[in-house]
Amino acid sequence: MPLDTTAKSPVQGAAQIEMSHVFKRFDNGTLALQDMDLTIRQGEFVSLLGPSGCGKSTALRMISGLLAPSSGQITVNGHAPGKGVQGGDVSFVFQEPTLMPWATVFDNVYLPLKLRGLSRKQAEAQVTEALEMVGLAKFGGSYPRELSGGMKMRVSIARAMVTRPKLLLMDEPFAALDEMTRFKLNNDVLNLWRRNGLTVIFVTHSVFESVYLSSRVVVMAPRPGRVVHDMALPDATTRDAHYRTTPEYAETCRLVSDALEGTMDDVDLNH
Amino acid sequence: MSTSTTDPVTMAAQSAPASEDPALRAARRERRMRILMPCIALLAALGLWEFLVRYNEIPHYLIPAPSLIAKTLWTDGPSLLSSAWFTVKLTLLSLGLAIIGGVALGMVFALSRTIEMSLFPFAVILQVTPVVAIAPLILIYVDSTFAALLICAWIVAFFPILSNTAIGMRSADHNLRDLFTLYGATKWQRLRYLLIPSALPYFMAALKIAGGLALIGAVVAEFVAGTAGQNTGLASRILESSFRNEIPRMFAALLLVSMLGIAIFLATSWLSRAVLGHWHESEIKRQG
Ligand SMILES: Nc1ncnc2c1ncn2[C@@H]1O[C@H](COP(=O)(O)OP(=O)(O)O)[C@@H](O)[C@H]1O
Ligand SMILES: [Mg+2]
Repeated sequence: MPLDTTAKSPVQGAAQIEMSHVFKRFDNGTLALQDMDLTIRQGEFVSLLGPSGCGKSTALRMISGLLAPSSGQITVNGHAPGKGVQGGDVSFVFQEPTLMPWATVFDNVYLPLKLRGLSRKQAEAQVTEALEMVGLAKFGGSYPRELSGGMKMRVSIARAMVTRPKLLLMDEPFAALDEMTRFKLNNDVLNLWRRNGLTVIFVTHSVFESVYLSSRVVVMAPRPGRVVHDMALPDATTRDAHYRTTPEYAETCRLVSDALEGTMDDVDLNH
Repeated sequence: MSTSTTDPVTMAAQSAPASEDPALRAARRERRMRILMPCIALLAALGLWEFLVRYNEIPHYLIPAPSLIAKTLWTDGPSLLSSAWFTVKLTLLSLGLAIIGGVALGMVFALSRTIEMSLFPFAVILQVTPVVAIAPLILIYVDSTFAALLICAWIVAFFPILSNTAIGMRSADHNLRDLFTLYGATKWQRLRYLLIPSALPYFMAALKIAGGLALIGAVVAEFVAGTAGQNTGLASRILESSFRNEIPRMFAALLLVSMLGIAIFLATSWLSRAVLGHWHESEIKRQG
């Protein structure tokens, strides 16, 4: 039995993110997140999985420091969120590529370093390396509008990687892409995670995507947004495209799916 | 070896036009037509005008023929041109001041809701009150006629720049704002690298409008001022000619005013394309 929904993650690094008794209530009264407890260790690949409106983005934005919790404690790398070294060692990838349309691919990737005060020359090697990482080394001079949806997302990932972050936060980054492009980018992200010793928190509403990628799946339920299952998955470091066709993958998907199903009883379809 | 008689150079020269990309040729043809057709239409209209005036023997103090207008333009050229220069100065100076004031205040508005709430009503009052109605007052209170005219033209051109700059700076993508926050951008960096580029398309749209409005403001204000000053612009030349019943000169001055308007329109359109052409939807030429 590969799954144990109560077990700690197989990765035994130092705790990198601690959330304890975190609540978030928006000004309009929505309780977006209720009593969230979550400890994420260095090197984990954690998926936040759940239907829309269950507070996944809210949780991610609080971890990044963009949003303050209404009550409860969050620490990231021992600091309050967003309070690390300038710009932190945290990177964020949004659902949309969120590129500056007036800037070239190179300048978009250069942005985080520019904001840290590095000159173009100082940053050039790092930017080129990040572009190579996502296979876009030849497109530095192109403008975002000249790229396909998948390529834009790659630029967005390169921009996130250019600061060599320890923690990568991704909010449904591939939800708008076609399946083939999504599979390809899934592999890219897995490779980045393995090679760079990153910690990744990946928000998704796809069971298949979460099982393929993660070392751990946190299942969430809506109204109010809360964590309902925390499942460690079998060894994630050796997966490749072949893994999608194994019975093991199918079995894990079924288990995660069942866990998710249990949260859907009270979902109102008029939402 | 019969082919050896053909010189490879002439062969290349002969095959060049044939091998040229037909799409490219079509594009060039299209560009030529875009200039040629309006010119032909304009010449035809002028020809018709000339013909109708001569054929019906309309007296020149009612409707002058184009040839007479051209002659007037030539004989009165120096004095008309100095008037045109006055109007150009007035228009460009007021446009320049409207840009400086509108952009500065627009940025302040975008950065502070409180200031916007307090000052916006003044801007709206300035905008909705017709400039012809304010001009007489301004002419009374301001000693220098030129300064008074400048203020009138400025009032008209100022508002679109102000409101578009403020809207443009607020239009910056929310995720990009978050990104700048995440990377600890300073206020200045946020302004320089995010807010200003986001506002640029809005500003350019406003500039195209404000350019035309500055000219209208300059002309209208001068009409109100009458021929009071000595160094007068095109509008007072039109008035003056109208008093003396010199209709061909009125047409000549009118022609110069509209040429000025066209020049401003072309210049602002060109600038907009130069600044936004490589990225903004409004200026990108799509293929196919
Ligand atoms: N800025 C906000 N103001 C008010 N309510 C919000 C805001 N952001 C999100 N919400 C609400 O909080 C709940 C959780 O939202 P979100 O975290 O975006 O969910 P998810 O990302 O899982 O789809 C939803 O009901 C949503 O409507
Ligand atoms: Mg979301």
